[in-house]
Amino acid sequence: MPDATGLELIAQRVREGVGDEAVTGTLYYRRHATLDVAPESVRDVIAYLRDRDEEPWERLMSVHGVDYLPAEPRLGVHYELLSMERADRLNVRTRVGVDDPRVPTVVDLHPTADFQEREVFDMFGVVFEGHPDMRRILMPEDYEGYPQRRDFPMGGEPVIYTFNEPKLPRWYD
Amino acid sequence: MTDQPLSVPYRERERSVTMEPLGEEHDELLTINIGPHHPATHGVLRLLTTLEGEIVRDVKPIIGYVHTGIEKSCEDQQYWKVIPFVERMDYLSYYFNAMVFCMAVERLLEEEVPERAQWLRIIHLELNRIASHLFWIATAALDIGAITMLWWGCRDRDLALDLFEMSGGQRFHTRYFQVGGVVEDIPPGFEEQTRKFIATMYVRIEQYLSLLDRNEIWLQRTKGTGIVPVETLLALGVTGPLLRAAGHPWDLRKAMPYSGYEKFDFNIPVGSHGDNYDRFRVRIEEMRQSLRILEQALDGLPEGPYITENRKVALPPRHELATSMEALIHHFKLVTEGFRVPPGETYAAIESPRGELGCYVLADGSSKPARVHMRDPSFVNLQSLPEMARDHLLADFITCVAMLDPILGGVDR
Repeated sequence: MPDATGLELIAQRVREGVGDEAVTGTLYYRRHATLDVAPESVRDVIAYLRDRDEEPWERLMSVHGVDYLPAEPRLGVHYELLSMERADRLNVRTRVGVDDPRVPTVVDLHPTADFQEREVFDMFGVVFEGHPDMRRILMPEDYEGYPQRRDFPMGGEPVIYTFNEPKLPRWYD
Repeated sequence: MTDQPLSVPYRERERSVTMEPLGEEHDELLTINIGPHHPATHGVLRLLTTLEGEIVRDVKPIIGYVHTGIEKSCEDQQYWKVIPFVERMDYLSYYFNAMVFCMAVERLLEEEVPERAQWLRIIHLELNRIASHLFWIATAALDIGAITMLWWGCRDRDLALDLFEMSGGQRFHTRYFQVGGVVEDIPPGFEEQTRKFIATMYVRIEQYLSLLDRNEIWLQRTKGTGIVPVETLLALGVTGPLLRAAGHPWDLRKAMPYSGYEKFDFNIPVGSHGDNYDRFRVRIEEMRQSLRILEQALDGLPEGPYITENRKVALPPRHELATSMEALIHHFKLVTEGFRVPPGETYAAIESPRGELGCYVLADGSSKPARVHMRDPSFVNLQSLPEMARDHLLADFITCVAMLDPILGGVDR
């Protein structure tokens, strides 16, 4: 991980390379360096970090979705960047509200984001604009709601067996 | 049929099949569905395959059939009760799932793991890596038609499971790793049994190679199939043996050591062509290197506590409960409420048998995690299947699935 100073230097370079409003903050917590980014400039920041930064972060290892329920904006999308050359990690985080959450896709920069962005869409409802195949991936295609949101209740959904199928009228609607 | 040996090699006999598109009059594409219940899909994986004749032109993996919402269930469990849940994600490498979750929580708690616990973890991780690779080679060889290997692989994996039963009481999903260390010290006799296992495995690996590596059918089926350029693999986020078989020596045990791996002397095997044969050889060699790590870990196993002394995180020893009121209170608090983790988030990653296994944990200050997300290597690696199988014969496509080694419990979680 870059240390707290290194993180500030990265943030400074991103501000110069992409724009002042792109970086909204930095967080260094428990050896985990996080760069907070405005949702509309996620793509630009990740493209800048991949191609133009003097210390490039050329690999995207993971995309996480997360719901910070009491906090606003509620939803977060994390991009875990990796530099194989320096064996170092950087986390880029963006926050979006729960109403009509939209983030530009990074699939064309990092093809690995294909499944992972679909998973975030499936679980949290964050729409990745420009993704070639923005469909649910783990839940059934006709499923309603976004199950990993914190206000989505656990359980309460009937499990369909042969014996109770007639008792659950038109569950297939 | 004659008793003569194969004068014309397997590939040559299919000379009528061409890998090139057939042209205007033959460009009819056939879409067939493989799975979700098909023995060669290694679980409930559905593959929507577009064929031109016998050539695979495109594959769309469709997943989610064993999605059980484990990540959602984790949000309703105390930290120490999450461990059995995450172990059931990638059900062949349960020690790794527990390890990465514990690492993430320990990082949030800033909890130091005693050295003996780290070494015990490494012993179990490497045993689990061998067990996972053994099951892989058993099923992969079965897909190619070498059924003997299935019995051999499962037989020898049982030896590793016996060791898990000895140390943790269970053969699968042992819940042996705890936040702060391991649940119990290894019992007397464990070391001796493990040394026996190591000695056996060196011989058995030679036997596998003599069964497969000199088998003409195996070589013809695996050599030169499923090649993906290393740049494509990197862009797709593929890690683990698949990446190393393509010649990229990326292994988190060496690159970003955790749990004391930097103290061990082992090599990272890499392939040269990146075909299915290299994937097979890399995994075989990884088993040998795991045996080397095991030998060193048993030789140098340090003395000391096997779990952290911090009573706010780890249960007090059983005998203290009878004499110490404080131990009783700690025990009661830990079992009823669990320990609290200060608010924050982190990402930990380790090298599982299939690649980078990452765990993101968000703590909100309570005794339950607000979010647990696993970056499962099978889930990410599955994206490279279309690249591997494209413009190959349908039979080679099955080989590619076998050599990709996806565990659907980990893909769907």
